[in-house]
Amino acid sequence: MSETLLEVNGLAKHYPVRKGLIVAKQVGTVRAVDGVSFSLKRGETLALVGESGCGKSTTARLVLRLIEPSAGTIRFEGVDVTRISGAAQRAMRRRMQIVFQDPYASLNPRLTVAETIAEPMLVHGIGDAASRRKRVEELLSLVGLRSFHAQRYPHEFSGGQRQRIGIARALAVQPDLVVCDEPVSALDVSIQAQVVNLLKDLQRRFGLAYLFIAHDLAVVKHVADRVAVMYLGQIVEVAGKRDLFAAPRHPYTRALLAAIPHPDPQRRGQVKPLGGDLPSPLNPPSGCRFHTRCPFAQERCRKEAPALRQLAPGHEAACHFAETLPAVGLDFTGGLSEAATKRLALYAKARAA
Amino acid sequence: MRDTSEPLLRIEGLRTVFRTHGGEITAVDGVDLSVPRGRTLGIVGESGCGKSVLSLSVMRLVAHPGRIAAGRVLLDGRDLLQVSSAEMRDVRGSQVAMIFQEPMTSLNPVHTVGFQITEAMRAHDTRASAAELRERAIEALNRVRIPAPDRRFDEYPHQLSGGMRQRVMIAMALSCKPKLLIADEPTTALDVTVQAQILDLLRDLQAETGMSIILITHDLGVVAEMADEVAVMYAGRVVERAEAGAIFGDPMHPYTLGLLGSVPRLDEERETLLAIEGSVPPPFALPKGCRFHPRCPFAAPECRSEQPPLREIVPGHSAACLRAPVEAFVA
Repeated sequence: MSETLLEVNGLAKHYPVRKGLIVAKQVGTVRAVDGVSFSLKRGETLALVGESGCGKSTTARLVLRLIEPSAGTIRFEGVDVTRISGAAQRAMRRRMQIVFQDPYASLNPRLTVAETIAEPMLVHGIGDAASRRKRVEELLSLVGLRSFHAQRYPHEFSGGQRQRIGIARALAVQPDLVVCDEPVSALDVSIQAQVVNLLKDLQRRFGLAYLFIAHDLAVVKHVADRVAVMYLGQIVEVAGKRDLFAAPRHPYTRALLAAIPHPDPQRRGQVKPLGGDLPSPLNPPSGCRFHTRCPFAQERCRKEAPALRQLAPGHEAACHFAETLPAVGLDFTGGLSEAATKRLALYAKARAA
Repeated sequence: MRDTSEPLLRIEGLRTVFRTHGGEITAVDGVDLSVPRGRTLGIVGESGCGKSVLSLSVMRLVAHPGRIAAGRVLLDGRDLLQVSSAEMRDVRGSQVAMIFQEPMTSLNPVHTVGFQITEAMRAHDTRASAAELRERAIEALNRVRIPAPDRRFDEYPHQLSGGMRQRVMIAMALSCKPKLLIADEPTTALDVTVQAQILDLLRDLQAETGMSIILITHDLGVVAEMADEVAVMYAGRVVERAEAGAIFGDPMHPYTLGLLGSVPRLDEERETLLAIEGSVPPPFALPKGCRFHPRCPFAAPECRSEQPPLREIVPGHSAACLRAPVEAFVA
């Protein structure tokens, strides 16, 4: 299971900014994704996290070639998908599917659930009508829906159920890689948990690899094996999730972790806001892109862009001073009170019964 | 001088209904709440639980086909549901103000930030000169820590980031020094680092002005960070009410437990989350008895027939559950 499924190297997407109505002159470039490299093993979950505008969704779409990269390679089982076309590309697409953020916008309102789920099979010419119908039923039960749901339309379902339909559609053609683009962030807390549990369960059963795009770090900690943190189009830190949460090395990762409010009033006031706003990707800061907001920035950070470098096995960060930063002082311990833990255990027991 | 131990806002038996083709639906059903002076009440619940309709009811902004069918909303002892529309207009802004989830859609894209901030000031103080208003608006922008406020005054909303827009909303809401700020999911649309900035700002402003805050959110982390008291709502009713510490430390209602189990925590690793089964019932098909019983793992036969009242289980801590605390009923 340690075989590399996806390898992305120096991936970039630059959007030209033009001005002028008749003679359009290029006045700048938005570097939405600017030299991103990562790899993903079969059956593994890599989370891409970062704030809006950091390029995480663009990266996901580049991997699927829903948009064309400006530079870089994307190797899927060793084959560079940026160079294939026609039948080869179509065959490749069957193996990479996507689950979208918005379960309201990502389902065609005019198609029944059965038609929606069968569509990818139709596109790829898999099976005949009868076998597809059978497969739809299988998929429905797989994602926790009932067979009578097949003839209904999306508007008859709640957000959580719609997301299950979207997941069934992605799994219809038995992909190896599923890109999950913020799959739970539009859902209510209790529904979020159901969908997260479902995704983890499906991964175990089918050995799926997930590229999981998210901004909620608590969800990421729950689903991911490894985490890549993005800032202004670049990866600033990659590590196994335990290392990342226990010992974040990049100041931006630390700031993100420190900004999460904990569901525990006793730790109130631990949240430390990061100053400033995200700079424009049209005109990113010189040197290290985080230096304008970094509490540890020094002269060198303004001039020289730090490369992503290995600090420990499997742990990389792009910071000149990663080794010499003061201790983190993040404290996630404490946790649930005794009474709450006891009652949650009773809840779990009663639910299982 | 008013008695300061008396809560600033008291909501009693509030019921807000909507007339639809399928008959009347009750979005808020008999809610009793109070907000102490200078403190923060957090209202937690998922979409459709009635938390936003509740706050609109306090502002008397429920639009047709909705209406407030019963109850009292006492601000400093005065029932806002009984005052005239003109008096209510005066209350909005100067006594109770509100900020919303989506700072982009709540700002007018064709007017400058400055125009929009001074709009409320002009409405409440017709004699102020333009220069005076500008000065007061810049001061308001300064108070919410917007850098270069005199430049921002002349900018349009699209020129600001999401966090800056929410700061402008807060500046507008506080421009007439309200006693109560209702914040309806104020940070839901924002990134986590910006959320931290806005929560920090709200806390500082509360300390400066002594205003009370009703914070509506679905995020238990935000509640834990901000609220002094917490009310958990489900399907139009308050199902649990206590001090923030007690809600998290001694959760009584099975719904509150389910919410706590649903959030992934940073301090532990679990293979599966303890999700709540099913989904929130639509308001036109509410189950009989306790509204949570179809999703409740502890539901007993009496839960299906009897609507449990909100009762005090330990002093200062109420829950609307026949089987709370649960360990007394389940081995």
